[in-house]
Amino acid sequence: MPEPLLQLEGVQTHIGPYHILHGVDFDVPAGSLTMLLGRNGAGKSTTLRTIMGLWQASSGRIRFDGRDITASATPDIARAGIAYVPEAMGIFTDLTVRENIVLAARSGPVDSARLDWMLGLFPALRRFWNLPAGNLSGGQKQMLAIARAIAEPRRLLLVDEPTKGLAPVMVRSMIEAFKALKAAGETILLVEQNFYAASVLGDGVVVMDDGRIVHSGPMSDLVTDQSLQQRLLGLSLDAHQ
Amino acid sequence: MTDMAEPSSVSELPITRTDWLPLALVPALALLALPFIGSPSSWVTLTVAGLAMGMMIFLMASGLTLVFGLMDIINFGHGVFISLGAYATLLVLGPLAAWGQADSVALNLTLLGLCIVAAMAVTGIVGAVFERVIVRPVYGSHLKQILVTMGGLIVAEQAIHAIWGASPIPIQLPETLRGAFVLGDIVMERFRVVAVGIGLLVFIAMQLVLNRTRLGLLIRAGVENPEMVEALGYRIRRLFVSVFVAGSALAGLGGVMWAFYRQTLTASMGMEVMVLVFIVIIIGGLGSVGGCFVGSILVALVANYVGFLAPKLALISNILVMALVLIWRPQGLFPVARR
Repeated sequence: MPEPLLQLEGVQTHIGPYHILHGVDFDVPAGSLTMLLGRNGAGKSTTLRTIMGLWQASSGRIRFDGRDITASATPDIARAGIAYVPEAMGIFTDLTVRENIVLAARSGPVDSARLDWMLGLFPALRRFWNLPAGNLSGGQKQMLAIARAIAEPRRLLLVDEPTKGLAPVMVRSMIEAFKALKAAGETILLVEQNFYAASVLGDGVVVMDDGRIVHSGPMSDLVTDQSLQQRLLGLSLDAHQ
Repeated sequence: MTDMAEPSSVSELPITRTDWLPLALVPALALLALPFIGSPSSWVTLTVAGLAMGMMIFLMASGLTLVFGLMDIINFGHGVFISLGAYATLLVLGPLAAWGQADSVALNLTLLGLCIVAAMAVTGIVGAVFERVIVRPVYGSHLKQILVTMGGLIVAEQAIHAIWGASPIPIQLPETLRGAFVLGDIVMERFRVVAVGIGLLVFIAMQLVLNRTRLGLLIRAGVENPEMVEALGYRIRRLFVSVFVAGSALAGLGGVMWAFYRQTLTASMGMEVMVLVFIVIIIGGLGSVGGCFVGSILVALVANYVGFLAPKLALISNILVMALVLIWRPQGLFPVARR
């Protein structure tokens, strides 16, 4: 079992008067793709935002590569090597595709080899390179959001529902892109509602319900156990294929 | 700068169309006014005067639109930086009075330049303190921002009274900036021509910074989605402070030009022009520097033309322009994508 790159221990998060996370514990092993699944409102997005420091954990501990980042500011967490793609994608629509990438590469210009690798994953971006990102379709914006996250080497990618609202052909492109990122050795924590995408991509899976972890283990266990799927997610893989 | 390797092949797609309509408003308005004014020389005189007034309004308003756009701060205290910039000219005009009386363009322009530097330095420093002490505690609450910055304005105006006295202070334009260029029947005041030049320089500089530098990209991105800028690893708070200081310094620069235009300093001179400043940033689209530029020229030209044609309507002309623009484009001439 690879060493965990990210560890959450008893993380609780309050947003105003609402208690959203009730003691979340899980690990993300280095070099793996971990799926974070659950019904709407289970607390998946809140978990990612809490890891990024966009909402502060009220108790518990978040460790990244052995370092406690629970109380760190968001820019420090990003500088530690965590990239974040929010559910709303966070694209700067007034900026061109190129300018979005320029901003994401904090340490300087992206070298042409990395740029070509990145645009090889998301070829559509090449065509829109100098156009405002606001002109892109939903799927292309999602591609840009992920390209921005990998504009320079990062140690962990947090991606929130990258296939949400996309046409089937775009979902397939997105799955292929994540397969390529896995092959490149990226460590990824991926929130996903599309169980088929989760099943083909995930090495490990964490399932949340009502702000708690209700299951964690290898993805293969969940894929082969329909009764577990029904119990945890109220669905079966067959329905998604 | 924002240099980066181009991907190995970028195929051409239709380029996004620039929104020319708001830009066309200015020449359209000027041409529309020509037959009503009748005399071409009066029209040129009014137009140049309007452009100069527009540039001065732009200088005073550009900082506020940046601060509002990026920081979502409604700073009713912005006017005090205009007044403070105007009074800061005294720091230079006192010891270097002889330069202003010299019949030398170089010395006169150097004096004006030093006044601008002094004003921007003073207002920049005061802006940093103002942001830390007055604005920072009320981030995220517009009502508190209005109340607290208004309070800051009153305190700062009284501080100006305490330092420089309550009586209006007359100042004189440097020798070679007085009078006018006369071309046939066309009369163009020299200082107004200088004001147009400085306004254009500042606008071009701001466009270059906003569009050609990483800092500019960060500001534009921060206007749209500050949380995502932080998630990319940038400290937005530092950017906020920098922009507030720059906005205050720009107001100080505007204050210098406004002071020389009025040739009288009063503590309330900044507050008096704030209605106009708010009108142009609303017309332009909150947070848009280009919109602020076009809005300033539009408002100033309309004020000049209407003042000439129907003086009784001059007072309401600005409000009328704002109403018409907002009916046409409720988010202003150049809406900025907002979070």
